[in-house]
Amino acid sequence: MAEIQIKQVAKRFGKFDALHSIDLTIADEEFLVLLGASGCGKTTLLRIIAGLETATSGEVHIGGKRVDHLPPKDRGIAMVFQNYAVFPHLTVFENIAFGLRMAKMDQAEVDKRVKRTAGLMHIEQLLERYSGQLSGGQRQRVAVARALATEPDVILMDEPLSNLDALLRMEMRAELKGILAESNTTTVYVTHDQVEAMSMADRIAIMQGGHIIQAAAPVEVYRNPAAHFVGSFIGNPPMNFLPAKKVDDGVWSVAGATINGPHSSKNELNFAIRPEDLTLDHNGPLQAKVALIEPLGSHVLASCNIENNLFRVVLDSDTSISSGDILGLQPLSDRVRWFDPETELAV
Amino acid sequence: MSTAPNMVVGQSRAARWAFNGSVIILCLWVLVPIYLLLSNALSSPSAVTAFPKSIVPSFDTESVEFFLFFNGVGKALWSSVQVAFLTMVMSILIGAPAGYALSRFDFRGKNLFRILVLMTRAFPLPLLALPMAIMFIKVGLDDTVFGLAIVHTTLALPFAVLITFSLFSGIPIELEEAAWTLGCNRFQAFMKVIFPLVLPGIAASAIFAFVVSWNEVFAAAVLTIEHRTLPAFLLQSLDDAPLHLKFAGGAVLVLPALIFIFFVRKYLFAMWGIANR
Repeated sequence: MAEIQIKQVAKRFGKFDALHSIDLTIADEEFLVLLGASGCGKTTLLRIIAGLETATSGEVHIGGKRVDHLPPKDRGIAMVFQNYAVFPHLTVFENIAFGLRMAKMDQAEVDKRVKRTAGLMHIEQLLERYSGQLSGGQRQRVAVARALATEPDVILMDEPLSNLDALLRMEMRAELKGILAESNTTTVYVTHDQVEAMSMADRIAIMQGGHIIQAAAPVEVYRNPAAHFVGSFIGNPPMNFLPAKKVDDGVWSVAGATINGPHSSKNELNFAIRPEDLTLDHNGPLQAKVALIEPLGSHVLASCNIENNLFRVVLDSDTSISSGDILGLQPLSDRVRWFDPETELAV
Repeated sequence: MSTAPNMVVGQSRAARWAFNGSVIILCLWVLVPIYLLLSNALSSPSAVTAFPKSIVPSFDTESVEFFLFFNGVGKALWSSVQVAFLTMVMSILIGAPAGYALSRFDFRGKNLFRILVLMTRAFPLPLLALPMAIMFIKVGLDDTVFGLAIVHTTLALPFAVLITFSLFSGIPIELEEAAWTLGCNRFQAFMKVIFPLVLPGIAASAIFAFVVSWNEVFAAAVLTIEHRTLPAFLLQSLDDAPLHLKFAGGAVLVLPALIFIFFVRKYLFAMWGIANR
């Protein structure tokens, strides 16, 4: 049982608040991704769970046991670092065996586990090498194998793929997800790459400025962003936003067009729609002037101008349009979202 | 060497000559006295005082033999070794933890501490000599190997601290953190991960402390009578000695230091922040 409970954890460095009262429960065997831009607090939160940082206030529970006063070695966790931290003076075998030897396991068991984990990570042929003789991708596999070999309740990963090239990253993503799904561990994974988050997570916790803005399954976060920030951070290309003025209760004016929207006491809201949730329609409510066309192979990305707001549209790759054309666009009504311009939250 | 300044296109010939010339002069400045020392130490007594001299020494070991069997030299050599060894051990035992603390922790007054450690070297030893001798006599440390080793440790500590500081700073803290997550407490992580990696550097630092103590003459001359170290002994007895003995003595003093420093130069560069890869 390795459920993680984070209760009102806050962290302050000097005068800077890195984390503001975080509350989060991670279910046993869940794969949770902490997603956010640099400086949002995700690595700090991970390190507090690991025991490498102490929270200024709040509690951390792992497997029902309160751990915030315990050192990392007593928390039942294993960690994979961004720069791998493979021990340079030990062979790959000894690196993977390190945690097992500290646990005073006998040689036969150590051998068995190291060989099994090395096999999982496809590095059996590298066991006698030293880290200086390995490529970055190989070192990363050693780091993961070393963490997995101890069969921890919880595995923590701090941007493990960010130092790899794009193709290797894609392969490792799929491999890691498969291995971790089979291994019955709770995983907390930190990244700034939203594609990684969408691809691997059971749930994504999006962080900004030391707060968790939304924690939900990938599709939920994508379809129903809880805040303006989430809509613009997740999805490539990001969500489009247009200012909307109230015409009547439930009726809004967006770039000259009249669209039905939520009932609100506010006079201004932000209208939001994803680039792929629009269809071409001459009589559509939105009229967009094409500024830039990017034929990306699988689709065409058109960057347009609606009343001086940047508005992107994803079109079929066979669409022929040119710069300067005026496109009529019909937003799919169930995909339209509205945000409060002051609080930035979804309405 | 491909980026040495004298290969820069466009630099005037005069500037290149000046640069090369000063390099040569500096090298000669260091090498000529060493050459003279060694060549005269290896010459027969008559060749040393002869004039004009030949460039090549006559490789006569008479001077060196006489020196080594001179009364008191053996004892002084042994005292030097003892003091230097104690200095080496104490500098590392005190200096390495200090270097580790400086590299891993942030505390109030850290920068001031670093400067103060360095500044102790700036303090002129002769000013301290007499008061120190008096205090040592009161405490009973006078004329002991241990007492002198304490003084030498104080002289060697700044280097031990700064070399180990740069050593530990070169080891990413993630390595220790990884060890902590794998079942080590702080001490175990240090012994199993950090220590093997810094061992060569610590050894270099220890050798440097040894050399500092080996060469030190002033405090040794003031604080020891029966247990003179070699430099102090030579200072005292060779004043009246003939020239060839002085050369032999000088060579015996200089050579070990030269050899040791040569082997650990990489770590001294690291201390001053120069990469020598």
